[in-house]
Amino acid sequence: MKRRDFIYLSGLGASAMMLPDLKAFGKTIDPSQALDGIDVKIKKELADAALTVAKAKGATYADIRIGRYLNQFIITRENKVLNVANTESFGVGIRVIANGCWGFAAGNMVTKEGIAKTAERAVAVAKANAKIGGAPVQLAPQKGYGEVSWKTPIEKSAFEVPIKEKVDLLLNANAIAMQGGANFVNSNLFMVNEQKYFASTDGSYIDQDVHRISPGFSVTKIDSAQGSFETRRSLSSPVGMGYEYLTPLDSEKVTGITTRYKKRYDMLEDIKLATEQVKAKISAKSVEPGKYDMVLDPSHLWLTIHESVGHPTELDRVLGYEANFAGTSFLTLDKWKSGNFNFGSKEVNIVADKTQVGSLGAVGYDDEGVKCKKWDLIKDGILVNYQAIRDQAHIIGLKESQGCCYSQSWQDVQFQRMPNVSLQPGKTPLSVDDMIKNVEKGIYIIGDGSFSIDQQRYNFQFGGQLFYEIKDGKIAGMLNDVAYQANTHEFWNSCAQVCDEKDYRLGGAFNDGKGQPSQSSAVSHGASTALFKGVNVINTKRKIG
Amino acid sequence: MPILSKEEAQAILKKVLSYSKAEECEVSLNGSEGGNIRYALNAVSTAGDISTMGLAVTSVYGKKAGTATIDEFDDAALERVVRRSEELAQLAPPNPEYMPMLGPQTFAESITYNANTAGMTPDSRAEMVAKSLSVTKEAKLTAAGFLENSTGFSSIMNSKGLFAYNKGSDVTFSVTTRNQEGTASGYAARGFTDVSKLDTYMATKVAAGKASNSVGAKAIEPGKYTVILEPVAATYMLENMFRFDARSAEEGRSFLSKKGGGTRLGEQLMDEKVTIYSDPFNPELPSSTWGGDGLPREKTTWIDKGVVKNLSYSRYWADKKGVKPLPGPANIIMEGGDATIEDMIKSTEKGILISRLWYIRMVDPQTLLLTGLTRDGLFYIENGKIKFPIKNFRFNESPVIMLNNVEALGKPERSISVESYRSYLIPPMKIKEFTFSSLSDAV
Repeated sequence: MKRRDFIYLSGLGASAMMLPDLKAFGKTIDPSQALDGIDVKIKKELADAALTVAKAKGATYADIRIGRYLNQFIITRENKVLNVANTESFGVGIRVIANGCWGFAAGNMVTKEGIAKTAERAVAVAKANAKIGGAPVQLAPQKGYGEVSWKTPIEKSAFEVPIKEKVDLLLNANAIAMQGGANFVNSNLFMVNEQKYFASTDGSYIDQDVHRISPGFSVTKIDSAQGSFETRRSLSSPVGMGYEYLTPLDSEKVTGITTRYKKRYDMLEDIKLATEQVKAKISAKSVEPGKYDMVLDPSHLWLTIHESVGHPTELDRVLGYEANFAGTSFLTLDKWKSGNFNFGSKEVNIVADKTQVGSLGAVGYDDEGVKCKKWDLIKDGILVNYQAIRDQAHIIGLKESQGCCYSQSWQDVQFQRMPNVSLQPGKTPLSVDDMIKNVEKGIYIIGDGSFSIDQQRYNFQFGGQLFYEIKDGKIAGMLNDVAYQANTHEFWNSCAQVCDEKDYRLGGAFNDGKGQPSQSSAVSHGASTALFKGVNVINTKRKIG
Repeated sequence: MPILSKEEAQAILKKVLSYSKAEECEVSLNGSEGGNIRYALNAVSTAGDISTMGLAVTSVYGKKAGTATIDEFDDAALERVVRRSEELAQLAPPNPEYMPMLGPQTFAESITYNANTAGMTPDSRAEMVAKSLSVTKEAKLTAAGFLENSTGFSSIMNSKGLFAYNKGSDVTFSVTTRNQEGTASGYAARGFTDVSKLDTYMATKVAAGKASNSVGAKAIEPGKYTVILEPVAATYMLENMFRFDARSAEEGRSFLSKKGGGTRLGEQLMDEKVTIYSDPFNPELPSSTWGGDGLPREKTTWIDKGVVKNLSYSRYWADKKGVKPLPGPANIIMEGGDATIEDMIKSTEKGILISRLWYIRMVDPQTLLLTGLTRDGLFYIENGKIKFPIKNFRFNESPVIMLNNVEALGKPERSISVESYRSYLIPPMKIKEFTFSSLSDAV
C-alpha cells in the first residue's frame, strides 16, 4: 500500500486532516534523539563506498544523499493537545548516469552492504531506461568543493525548546480565542531539521544542517441560526529560522488596520485580533463584483508571486518536463530570447535568491552540490532569466547551474525546485497609507486564501483572509466573499506602485507540491505592499440545499 | 524482504508484544517496495526504485501514549524500541480523546494484493513506457507521462488480542500528449490493482486522439453551460466532497451542517440519481478490510438516491455521542446509469464535453464552492454533435450543486484523481447549468 493511501485510510479524523502529506516524515522518535548528530566521517566512508560501486557498475556520474530528516509537530484544538509527534526519516538516495540516462534508487538500510545494493539498483534502473533512447544527459560542469559544511543561521533550535513551552504557547493562544468568543480554534507548530550529506563523483562532500519552522492557527466563528461559519487564519509565515521567530519584537511589527509581522511573530497578539476580525467577517458586506484597484499586502501577495512568477519561470516547466502534471509555462524560450518581453510594468523587479537569510529556500548548496546564489528573473518588467539545474543549464546558455535542485527526502529523486522568488521594494519612498490615499475604488487584501491557476500560468483566482473596501482614498469597512481573477501578464502589467523597503516582508509556502511522485518543498517570497489597477473581482457566495 | 507474509509479520509482532510492560501496547509493522518512471519530451527523465520497512510501538498508561519506531529487527533492537515507547508514554501529556485499544476483531481477507503488479521490475516498467512512446512518436506528438507501481503490507497487533494484516498492490499510469506547436494537448490516466489490465499503448492512443482533435480551439463566452464530464474530470471535482465526517457537521463547520444546528443526515441533498458508497470487496477497486483504528470496514452507503444516509464517526466522537463508530470511506463508488458518452452528446442541444479538470481549490467550505480549470481537451457540442474544440475555462462550482443538476449518468469506471492520485469508481455524467467564470489561454 502506498504511503499516501495509508494516510488517506487512517487520516480522515479531525487531527490527521490537518497534517500535511507525511511521506517525508518517516518514523516517530524520542524528541531527545533529534539532538544527536551523525559523525561526518562515517557518512564520508559510506558515500565513498556507494560512489565506488556505482562507478564499478558502469556509472559515468553518481551522487549520494545520506539524509536524516527530523520533524516535530504539535497539534492542538481549543484546550486539547491532539498530537505531539517527533519523526525521523533516515536513508540514502543514489542517483547515477549510466549509458547516458538517469537512474535512481533509495533504501533505508544504511550499511555499506545496503548502500552497495542501492547503488547497483540505481545503475540497473538507468540501464533499463537507456534502452528507450533519447538524448543523453548533459551536465553543466561543477567543480568539487571537497569537504564543506553549511548551517541555517538560527539563534535557538526549535528542537531544543522543551515541548511543554511550545504546547503552552499554543494553548495560551487558543484560550485567548475562546475567551474572545470563537467557537473553535486550531493551532499548530511544525518544525523541520534536514541533516543532509551530499557526495558526488565530482569530488564534493557537503554536510548541511537546515532548519525551518511554521506556526499557525485558524479561528472559527459559527452563526448556527444562519447555518454559516467564517474562519480567520494566522498572519504568520513559515520561515527558515529557529524558535527565535516566536519571540515577539515591536520593531519587527507593521502596524495598521491589523498587525503584520516581519522577522518575529507575536502569536498571542495575532490571535486576539483574529478573534475580533472573524466576528466582523460573519456580518461583513458581501462584495459587489466588478473592477477594483487592488492593494495587496505582502502576507497575501507572496502567494500570487509564487503561483504567477515562481512557477512559470521554472525552466523544467518551460521545456515540457512537467507537462503531465503541473503543466508547462507561458514564458516560452522565444519570449526570453527576444530580450523585450514585458512580463510586467517597469515597477516590477523580481529576483531569485537561494541565499536570503531567514528564508525557507536558503541553503549553502543545492541537492546536486551547486553553491547557491542570487539572480534577476524580471528586470524593469522584462523577462531576463529562469531557474535551472545542472542538466538544463546548457539549454539557456549557462556555463553553470543556478543551484535550484532539491529533493524532499533521501527516498525521492532531486529535481528542479523554485528558489525564493521575490518582488523588490519600490525605489521611491512610499507608505501603505500614502498608496491608499490615491485609490478611489479599491480593495485592500491581507492574508492568503483560496488559490488556483492554470497549467501554463495565465489565468488565476485568489482569495484572502481580510478584505477592506477602499472608497475615495479611505478604508470604508470590511468586505466578504471576495476573489479576484486575472491573466498573469495583464496583472503584472497593471502594477502601478510598490511600497518602499520599510514595508518589505517574507511570506512563504511550507509544502509546495510538484513532480511525479509529488514532492514537497519550502520556499519564501518577499514583497512590499503593491497596487494593481482595474482587477476583476468576483463574489463567491453560493447556497446549497 | 520488505513484503512479509501474514505469518512472518505475526511472529515479529508477537515477539515485540512479549517485551511490553505497559497497560496497553500496540505494534505495527509495515513495508513497501516499488518503482516509477517519469518521462517527458519523448524520453525518460527520472526513474526510481524504493524499498522500505519499519516497525512502530505505542505504549499506553491511562490516557498517556508514547510511540517509538525502529527499522532494525534483531531481538535487542525490538526490546529497546518497546522500552523507549514506554518511557515516552510516561512523559506524555494525557490525551482526553484517547480511546482504549480494541480487542480481537474479525476481518475478512481482502482482495487488494496482485502478484502481477508485485512482480514489476525496472525493465517491465521501461517496456510499458516504450509502448506509450511508440504512439506519440508515430503521431508526431510529444509525450510526458508517469508510471508507478507499489506493493506493500501493513499489520498491527495489540495487547488486547487484536491482529490485522493486509497486503496490497497498485499501479497508476498517466500521459499527456502535446503537438509540436504547443497548441493542442490530450491526457489519459489509468489505475489498477492488476497491472495486466494496464494497456499503456491504448491509453496513450486516447490521449493522442484528444490532442489531435484539439487543434484550432476557438474561444467562446464563459457562462452557464450543460456539460458532460468524463470520469477523470468528474472524479477530481467530486473528490473534494468525499468526507462525510459527523464531527465537523455537528460542530457546524461543514457542508453537511444544518441551518439552526445539527446535520443534514436524512436530508435529500442531491438528485435522486446519486448513490455513493464504499465497499472493500469491489473487484475493480478493492480496499483493506480494516482501518487504522483497527475497526473492520464494511460496505457503507453515504448518499442513497440523493439522501445523506450515513456520516462517519471516529471511536472518540461515537463514544461521546452514544452511537456506533463508523470508519470513513476507504474507497468510493458512485453508481451510474446506462448512458454512454455518445448518448449524452446526442441528447445535448448546446453543451461542452470536459476531458479533464485542473488545479481545483476550495473557495468556500460551507457550500463546497470550488474553483479550477478545464484542461487537455474541451469540446463544444451543438445539436447532438461535437462541433469544434474550444479554449479552456475557469469554473466556480460546488459538487453539491452539480449533483443536484444531474441529467444523465454513464457506467462507472476506475478513475484517478489527477492531483491526489487516488482511485475512485465514478461514472461519466451530464450536468446542467455548470458555471464557467472566465477564459484561460492555457493549452
